[in-house]
Amino acid sequence: MSILINKDSRVVTQGITGKTGMFHTHHSIAYANGKSCYVAGVTPKKGGQEVEGVPVYNTVAEAKQATGCNVAVNYVPPPFAAAAIDEAVDAEIEVVICITEGIPVKDMIRTRDRMLGSNTILIGPNCPGVITPEELKIGIMPGYIHQKGRIGVVSRSGTLTYEVVDQLSKLGMGQSTCVGIGGDPVNGLKHIDVMKMFNDDPETDGVVMCGEIGGTDEEACAEWIADNMTKPVVGFIAGVTAPPGKRMGHAGAIIAGGKGTADEKIAALEAAGVSVTRNPSDMGKLMLEMLSH
Amino acid sequence: MKIHEYQAKDVLRQYGVAVPKGRVCFSVDEAVAVAEELGGSQWVVKAQIHAGGRGKGGGVKLADSIAEVHSHAGAILGMTLVTHQTGPDGTEVKRLLVEEGVPIKDELYVGIVVDRASQKVVFMASSEGGTEIETVAATTPEKIHKVMIDPGIGLTMDDAQSLAGAIGIPDMLHAESGNIFQGLYQAFWDKDASLAEINPLIVTKDSRIMALDAKINFDDNAMYRHPDLQELRDLDEENEDEIEASKFGLNYISLDGTIGCLVNGAGLAMATMDIIKLYGASPANFLDVGGGATAEQVTEAFKIMLKNENLKAILVNIFGGIMRCDVIAEGLVNAAKEVSLSVPLVVRLEGTNVDEGRAILAHSGIEVISATTMADAAEKVAAAAGV
Repeated sequence: MSILINKDSRVVTQGITGKTGMFHTHHSIAYANGKSCYVAGVTPKKGGQEVEGVPVYNTVAEAKQATGCNVAVNYVPPPFAAAAIDEAVDAEIEVVICITEGIPVKDMIRTRDRMLGSNTILIGPNCPGVITPEELKIGIMPGYIHQKGRIGVVSRSGTLTYEVVDQLSKLGMGQSTCVGIGGDPVNGLKHIDVMKMFNDDPETDGVVMCGEIGGTDEEACAEWIADNMTKPVVGFIAGVTAPPGKRMGHAGAIIAGGKGTADEKIAALEAAGVSVTRNPSDMGKLMLEMLSH
Repeated sequence: MKIHEYQAKDVLRQYGVAVPKGRVCFSVDEAVAVAEELGGSQWVVKAQIHAGGRGKGGGVKLADSIAEVHSHAGAILGMTLVTHQTGPDGTEVKRLLVEEGVPIKDELYVGIVVDRASQKVVFMASSEGGTEIETVAATTPEKIHKVMIDPGIGLTMDDAQSLAGAIGIPDMLHAESGNIFQGLYQAFWDKDASLAEINPLIVTKDSRIMALDAKINFDDNAMYRHPDLQELRDLDEENEDEIEASKFGLNYISLDGTIGCLVNGAGLAMATMDIIKLYGASPANFLDVGGGATAEQVTEAFKIMLKNENLKAILVNIFGGIMRCDVIAEGLVNAAKEVSLSVPLVVRLEGTNVDEGRAILAHSGIEVISATTMADAAEKVAAAAGV
């Protein structure tokens, strides 16, 4: 088991004929079961072509009808990316993973409002994607650092996630699924949503969560963990040294009006029983200690 | 992106929001000319810098004569204004707003932000104008009234008027308040703002309602579709190094420590700053070179970091994914040769092609302190900087 995606997922790449979409489709197909999982691509007006051996359709609805795809990954450029999410939602795709960075917040507010009442799960935007090691990679993460195993990873950042995964793998702890929820202020799944999924997943024994400054998602997750989580959680919050009022790379990583500081988040997680480390080199080590107790 | 008060008022004026008559000035003579043109018997001379808290810092003065306009303008223009938002170095005032004086009866607050938890735009109104909304939120949160806005509908007149009532605006001004609130919301929505505030919104003694001060920030991600707003950008208000970095697609923020850092990815960049601090040193900057940095970008990043006189060492922390470590290593070697490194360089590479990357550095002839983990790197860079 795993969460969100596995070897039976049927993936459509939105924006497959673009440079980024093509590049990552190539590498994702080369990983584990990618060849059988990647069944379709979509680019408007480019239907009928083939990219990386995958047939291209004009719309997600056409792709779904022809291939039965149930997961969409979105590499569409920012001005059109939210509309591409809308299209996948309208086609009732089960899981939409949006990699695109730089989507206007207003577009995402509209898209999230449209999604009310929909069953589609959105991950991202501005995220590295989701990987279930040795089964399926959907996104831009380096596949080879991952190992199949029983630790879940959820993070707002890309390379920081790779750092965690690398530490876990080197210490012999493989991963059940790694989910990048993205660095934007208005997005799909939050820490709390992914935490619930890991808690319910019988093949996940523990979770590493990486948060960062901005918003209150980590606090909301902490509150849920305190009352419900049955598995050990290791936490790290980036941005203890970040100055207020500055956008730290990610659109959502900003301390605004004195809110969203790393210290507040760390305090909330610690109060919820999460093992928080202030040393990003120690995330894996701490998880190992938690599991050996 | 931030803009000045006078620019925000120009935007709001287009949306039917009443603001005092006034104009931006770049010299004392211009300030006097504007005051004469406005007429009346009282004027306000306001420093135009992006930071808040201008009044307390001495950047806003009331003038009862043209001679006072002249002296206030002379005093404020060119002054280094220090407020709680500028930092201790302050900001030089290069622009003034000269406005007609208005007789204030009540000071109120209205503002709009994106509420991340509900993923909606939230309109806030409070009777406590003139103070920062964060202070009101901390001390008397019950005095902030909120309406979550349905993006398909916008701010309704009913909601707008009931907010007006909630913050004590007299009945006779509810219709006008409704128009102002709707105008503020429409400006926020149309222009892709991330924050729009009127603080204070005032009721005058002669029962008018208007925006005495205004602040609008915009979503950087959406600026591609607002060329008109891009023209409002004032580069004088931005950090020189940050502007330079943005030209090369680098995400750079100046900080006050001594360890320069160059990292790929925003989360890892913050984590790197944090671990530097954990090992007793402090970061001189935040720098995210992104997912596909070129040798040219790395070189430029080094040049920008090395301009900092406080710099004692540099830490490069790269987790190669799409970006290969060998490519980064070549970029580092080129950069180090081109800029003639004057401080110790600690490099930690991990991920794709890490062995090739380390070999390139080892055989490059440049002095590199190689590190394995982030902790190892932070410890070594703190030691190299003599902390």
